[in-house]
Amino acid sequence: MIKFDMENIDVFYGNEQALKSVSFSVETNEITALIGPSGCGKSTLLKSLNRMNDLVENCRITGKITLDGESIYGLDVNHLRKRVGMVFQKPNPFPMSIFDNIAFGPRTHGIKSKRRLNDIVEKALRDAALWSEVSDRLGKSALGLSGGQQQRLCIARALAVEPEVLLMDEPTSALDPISTGKVEELAMELSKDYTIIIVTHNMQQAARISNKTAFFLLGEMVEHGTTEQVFSNPKNEKTEAYITGRFG
Amino acid sequence: MLRLTLYLVIGIALFLALKHVYTYLPEAVLRKMVRIWDKIFLSLTWVFAGVTVLALGFIIFHILSNGIPHLSPRLFAVNVTLGDVSMFPAIISTVLMVIIVLAISVPLGMFTAVFLVEYMRTGSWFVTLIRSAAEILAGIPSIVYGLFGMMFFRVFLGMGFSILSGSLTMSIMMLPLIIRTTEEALKSVPDTYREGSFALGAGKLRTVFRIILPNAMPGIFAGVILAIGRVVGESAALIFTAGTILQIPSSLFDSARTLTVHMWRLSSYGQYVNETYATAVVLLLVVLSLNAVSGVIARKFTKT
Repeated sequence: MIKFDMENIDVFYGNEQALKSVSFSVETNEITALIGPSGCGKSTLLKSLNRMNDLVENCRITGKITLDGESIYGLDVNHLRKRVGMVFQKPNPFPMSIFDNIAFGPRTHGIKSKRRLNDIVEKALRDAALWSEVSDRLGKSALGLSGGQQQRLCIARALAVEPEVLLMDEPTSALDPISTGKVEELAMELSKDYTIIIVTHNMQQAARISNKTAFFLLGEMVEHGTTEQVFSNPKNEKTEAYITGRFG
Repeated sequence: MLRLTLYLVIGIALFLALKHVYTYLPEAVLRKMVRIWDKIFLSLTWVFAGVTVLALGFIIFHILSNGIPHLSPRLFAVNVTLGDVSMFPAIISTVLMVIIVLAISVPLGMFTAVFLVEYMRTGSWFVTLIRSAAEILAGIPSIVYGLFGMMFFRVFLGMGFSILSGSLTMSIMMLPLIIRTTEEALKSVPDTYREGSFALGAGKLRTVFRIILPNAMPGIFAGVILAIGRVVGESAALIFTAGTILQIPSSLFDSARTLTVHMWRLSSYGQYVNETYATAVVLLLVVLSLNAVSGVIARKFTKT
């Protein structure tokens, strides 16, 4: 089933064109990896999907993006972002307690009952494989956690609003190898219930965890296919050059 | 004039010549000179810092040593007549004035800053307009505010010499300060917090009230503390608006004299210099305790 469908997406920052006529679709319960060298537009694409680009001044998007067949511009933007969660490159927990971090989203969407919040927080933390590490200090500041824990907290925070899609913008680039491994495992585990789109600079990561891979270069999508095909038998020579590390 | 020009020319010539010489000096000598300059500069910064601290220390010592011996019950008498030296009514008026001014100027200034930083696009003409207006307001001498307050609040709106006239005038005076410090505080909140909040589907209002403002509170309170200091320290603008009558105000429409105005009155009588110093001691304490209170409140707001 198609979750996200993109048709001829052009994105401009002022006069600079960051994405050129990108079209592809993302299937439900799959992990799609977006790869490519810095500045190729993959993060721009990710931010277009939950309309975080709306916050950027001078950003203009043309083309059609649909979520479950509905244009994302027809949806209320806050509701769209509830359905399409996002995890950022640098862990960005709010400077409040672990509990309040997770509960921020549900509270935003109107859940007030303390009991329900407790349940949601516990479930989100369990889903993000963080519960056992923090269950005894939910009231402590989230800033006291390690970098890897903070990133999993941010994933839990995103999960707490029960999104359908999870966008991950280089979620492990600021983490050590062990934390990276945990986040990768988590992403694979989560793909059972969520559709995941992940931007990564790490080829092995894309190969390890994703079902589909899309390769971007200079704002254009060069190749899109199953991860196996893109990595073992790329159709485009630029893709091959990038994957084998000859540039990028 | 001619001589001054001559000195200047010689100085510049010497400087250029010295610079020229530098390039021919052996490296070891150069390095040593750099070290010496470093030492000279370091000692200079110590001297300047020391002068600042000494000046502050001297003023405080001067006030305390001249004022404390003359603190007497007479200065705190609750029942006063016109021309009395008791500062009790002035303390009440000062605290009242501070509270009213903050109640008006803090919300107004704070939300102006929120509007400028969070809602308007940076560099839009409207933002530039408000910001330059605030900057111009900040540069106007307080006596001019006093005149404005006198003409507008006291005469035109018919509030007369009153706490209200004074407070409104002071509120306008405090606006630029509150706006400026709040703006800085808001800008210091990392954008990643905003992103995180928006990405969870929180709207602008919720992001501002739950994420941005709580994190900007320490900075905002720094501005509030500065504002308190300015209100307590102001006299010129208040003489024209709140007036100089020594009494415990029974309503906002009563004229009242704040501590600084009271000091000015006392010292202008000529025979109350000692009492003036004693009042200054109390003024110092009032400012310090108001600062301490707002510090406590600031910490309450930022517990995590």
